[in-house]
Amino acid sequence: MHRFANPARFLRLASAILPWSSALSALLIAAGLYFALFHSPADYQQGETVRIMYVHVPSAWLAMACYSTMALSSAVALIWKHPLADLVAKAASPIGAAFTFLCLVSGSLWGRPMWGTWWAWDARLTSMLILFFLYLGHMALINAFDDPSRGAKAAAILALAGFVNIPIIKFSVDWWNTLHQPASVSKFGMPSIDPAMLLPLLLMALGFTCFFVTVLLIRVRTEIIASKLRAIRMTQIHAVPVAVPVAE
Amino acid sequence: MSRLFGIIHRDLRLALRQGSDSVMVVTFFVLTVVLFPFGIGPEANILERVSSGVLWVTALLASMLSLDRLFQADYEDGSLELLALTPTPLELLVLGKVAAHWLTTGLPLMVAAPVLAVLLNMNADGFVTLLLTMLLGTPTLSLIGAMGAALVLGARRGGVLLSLLVLPLYIPVLIFGVGAIDAAVQGLPVHAHLLILGGMLLAALALTPWATAAALRQALE
Repeated sequence: MHRFANPARFLRLASAILPWSSALSALLIAAGLYFALFHSPADYQQGETVRIMYVHVPSAWLAMACYSTMALSSAVALIWKHPLADLVAKAASPIGAAFTFLCLVSGSLWGRPMWGTWWAWDARLTSMLILFFLYLGHMALINAFDDPSRGAKAAAILALAGFVNIPIIKFSVDWWNTLHQPASVSKFGMPSIDPAMLLPLLLMALGFTCFFVTVLLIRVRTEIIASKLRAIRMTQIHAVPVAVPVAE
Repeated sequence: MSRLFGIIHRDLRLALRQGSDSVMVVTFFVLTVVLFPFGIGPEANILERVSSGVLWVTALLASMLSLDRLFQADYEDGSLELLALTPTPLELLVLGKVAAHWLTTGLPLMVAAPVLAVLLNMNADGFVTLLLTMLLGTPTLSLIGAMGAALVLGARRGGVLLSLLVLPLYIPVLIFGVGAIDAAVQGLPVHAHLLILGGMLLAALALTPWATAAALRQALE
């Protein structure tokens, strides 16, 4: 793991991965959207609105995966003082917030025709909203200190504390009797979803994951460059003009 | 153990001599609750319906009111650094400070709550449960809040940031606290709600001192 602590090596690795991951995410999302919009059946109960699910479910998965990434890299940063893990956590939180927001908005758009309401205070929705606030708190805390490394450490502790919410989101549909339907893909035995619907869903999920990796790499790369710039500026500020002896 | 009591004793004495922190908190609690009958209207049945929620939400906000002073004063005058240098583990110090915080805010809120419940027309069946939920819930709030207070030490606009960090983590306590009272008023069993509140208190008691101490350590670096 410490091999990747070297920013130069990370930058080389990132620029090797980036073209592939960005091409793959474009391809997968395009294919997923094609299957989702044209080549999958309408639901027998929900009709055409079921197609919202192909955006809603992957963004919910990614919102949680993103938080897990953030918590994991925060743990790595706190335990091993890994310099890049801090940057990964910082880079991941706005992406996760965006996915959570997308999940909440698409779910709300789906809920209006299906449940007859934009919002219901049930356990799944509420815990997802809490996740959104946790992301906001993380982003605010990182930028609240004059010294960036202090912000990173404080935010890492917060990310670990907030991780309790992830299992609550996952199991909220099992623990409480909610309006939100229980899991239909990730359960033991056969998933209770039609293969024609599962294909675009999985394509979209993979596409979203590639997209997440792409944006994360770009953001980490930007963070590395920004911290280099900061270091250069600091040395320029602190550099005392030295009187150069002039040869006569 | 004596060190723990030493810290609690010190903080209580400071609170007593500097005065008015718990009085402020309770006054805020009473005033905010009293606002509701003006805002919602004085119909007895509506007030009775919302009483548990109003009491819990305002108690939660009131207990947050004094949080930013929990470590801030000691951090600024340097005594936090001295306390951290003593052989007492920082986790124990945190527990002592949280206990003192609860004694100066949570306990007064608990005492004031039944009086306000009468003002809000709460059904008498809910009183015991109200006290029990407060007894189990407010220490959890203090424990979680201490973590937030330690995280924002030295931050810009720490007070506003603190509420952003702490309020999402307060929501579970609020849900089960209000749930228990509503169940009691309707004559349903409250056992499960209270057990969950107790479980959250135990989990917070076991886990948050570590996080708070870690946050304090990085603030003192």
